[in-house]
Amino acid sequence: MAKLTINDLKKIKEDVSKATSVRNMEETSVVTVHFGTCGIAAGARDVMNTLMNEITEADVHDVKVLSGGCLGMCSSEPNVTVQIKQDEPIIYQNIDGNKIRQIFKRHILKGEVQTEFALAKK
Amino acid sequence: MRELSLHIIDVAENGIKASADFIYIEVAEDIPENEFKIVIEDNGSGIPEEMLKNITDPFVTSRTERRVGMGLSLLKEASERCGGVFDIKSSDKGTIVTATFLHDHIDRAPLGDMTSTIMTLIIGNHGIDLEYKHIFNKKDFIFNTKDIKEVLDEVPITDPTVLGKLRTMVDEAVKKLKKGID
Repeated sequence: MAKLTINDLKKIKEDVSKATSVRNMEETSVVTVHFGTCGIAAGARDVMNTLMNEITEADVHDVKVLSGGCLGMCSSEPNVTVQIKQDEPIIYQNIDGNKIRQIFKRHILKGEVQTEFALAKK
Repeated sequence: MRELSLHIIDVAENGIKASADFIYIEVAEDIPENEFKIVIEDNGSGIPEEMLKNITDPFVTSRTERRVGMGLSLLKEASERCGGVFDIKSSDKGTIVTATFLHDHIDRAPLGDMTSTIMTLIIGNHGIDLEYKHIFNKKDFIFNTKDIKEVLDEVPITDPTVLGKLRTMVDEAVKKLKKGID
């Protein structure tokens, strides 16, 4: 039986503990990727993978990523909801790798809502 | 669904919505027996008996956002068109979904990126534990978040750096398993 060894895990823990001890771990933004059957079939997992890569690369630790259910708007999947602090949550539609990269860099990191990808606007 | 691993996220998410805090996922490949099996088990609140009878009917769903539920119907279809059997058992202790396929069936979708499926389930659902067992020709690899969390202690398993490293480890372990290296 193959299993991850305890030593491998301890090494990960040491590496991450060192790096995180100086960081502020308070979460200021919540990103929900919607994983209904529709979202999954439309590519939600790829969106999640790209988002995690961006978060790792930017080395930010105040973004909480969640998986959500279907919003009932299956034709606009993959949908992603972004909420920064106490601001109103923004729902984005038809998201792919490039769009989530832009949303991460502009909305999540800089607070500029990307209205062109939003589900609806006045 | 283009990959069987996408069906797995879908069914596992069902369990999480039924307030499960533990998900067991098994992928068993047996080349000599020509069998490909997926098992997804949760300890959630289960499916009421009346609903279970018709659960693979796309027009039966517990959701309120829309009136169709495709998840289990799609997996049943996928399994049956590949000479397999689909089965679902449920009680108030949880639900077990099993889908088999002929391993070499031309219509069987590839398993795909199973590591991303596991990582996605860990990232998105804080607080649940998950065990993933991959069996290849009777040899297996087990990944259990309970064991990992114990060693990680105060470092969260959802930390992006931790996840990145776990991803590499799982990828390598499954690759080795398939090559028959211990």
